[in-house]
Amino acid sequence: MEYRISGRTSLPVLSGISLKIHQGETIALLGRSGSGKTTMLKLINRLRTCSSGDLLVENRPVRDWDVIQLRRRIGYVIQEVGLFPHFAIEQNVCLVPGLEKWPAERIKSRFAEVMQLVGLNPVEYAGKFPRELSGGQRQRIGVARALAADPAILLMDEPFGALDPVTRAELQREFLALSRKVSKTTVLVTHDLREALLLGTRVVLLDAGRIVAEASPGDFLKLDQKVARDFIAASELVTGAAQ
Amino acid sequence: MNVWQFFASHRAEILAATHEHLSLVLISMAIAVAIAVPLGLALVTHPRWRAAALAVASIFQTIPSLALFGFLIPLPFLGGIGARTAIVALVLYALLPILRNTYVGLTGIDPAIIEAAEAMGMTERQILFRVRLPLATSFILAGIRTATVITIGVATIAAAIGAGGLGTFIFRGVAMVSDAVILAGAIPAALLALLADFLLGLLERRLRVA
Repeated sequence: MEYRISGRTSLPVLSGISLKIHQGETIALLGRSGSGKTTMLKLINRLRTCSSGDLLVENRPVRDWDVIQLRRRIGYVIQEVGLFPHFAIEQNVCLVPGLEKWPAERIKSRFAEVMQLVGLNPVEYAGKFPRELSGGQRQRIGVARALAADPAILLMDEPFGALDPVTRAELQREFLALSRKVSKTTVLVTHDLREALLLGTRVVLLDAGRIVAEASPGDFLKLDQKVARDFIAASELVTGAAQ
Repeated sequence: MNVWQFFASHRAEILAATHEHLSLVLISMAIAVAIAVPLGLALVTHPRWRAAALAVASIFQTIPSLALFGFLIPLPFLGGIGARTAIVALVLYALLPILRNTYVGLTGIDPAIIEAAEAMGMTERQILFRVRLPLATSFILAGIRTATVITIGVATIAAAIGAGGLGTFIFRGVAMVSDAVILAGAIPAALLALLADFLLGLLERRLRVA
């Protein structure tokens, strides 16, 4: 699969990508800024489209999907959260079930359910607005919103990137517990090696638009390719400096 | 005769002219909003027309107001002497600020929010009406506020083509070389503008989404 920015003749953003993601897996797409990991995520729900090659979701090429249907079946969490500032929390979380015209009763019970999953009191938060919440709470709402319509697939773009280290660690732990409970096929984009190893069931390292390494979290640190070693060394340096 | 004496002796006449003035402004603004806001919405989904629509609206604003009134008089249907012609001209003047603010408000939304809406599987129409429009409301209102203040001022010139309003006193005062008579038109017009600015400003702040 390849992805180029249309109208440009320069190097493709992604090329030679071949990756099979199994049901229930959590793929951690690891790479530095500009390596193409976010682009790869956006190809899955067709916020971008491949220039050549095939990308299949549930054994069906994404271009054959009705794009609206496809997106409503895929939960999406982004770093800036992208909560709607003019919607109360309940409206934000229940957006997709609403669009899918679920009965009101079912939406209500689902709201309570997902709020509990992300550890927030549904009654307390239902009527609040995003601006009244802290960064960590907003991020939890972002996760709740992605889970609301119970999608089989979850895409997460640096979901914990904007949080302070303590809140981040807390949310990572909670997400780990949660992903065991709900078992979604998840693609997680991150530049944080620790996060990739903690949350991923498989770690995929991207560099300059290509997959350069792929391993289980246990084996990743033992990889001997240069790019992987460099990435690991740089990450250790950063954590070392922080300690 | 000083201005206060003139106010006192012509109270009923000034009140009637103020009323006339206000109706000119309100009718023109209602029509302008009814044209510019839907047009702004349409430009979001048809960006090809954006430059052309804004250019046309800008051209209307560059025509000196007295000249615009003059140009309209000979036109069939739209023109002639009286309030109808004045309203057409005032609408043309009010279009640009409303159209520009509507378009900028609708398209200037944080891209992360729009992308989230797309990723949630909202259709273009749903994004326009459920996300863009509510988030742009205070912006659109700011445009309406600017347009209203302009219209209250320009409407004084409408008296030149027999549309009545507070401009009647201004033109009469100019002809009579009487400051008192000019002020009898100018002061209420200025007060109307300040009041409209204040009230719409309040509404704008109330509708702003943090």
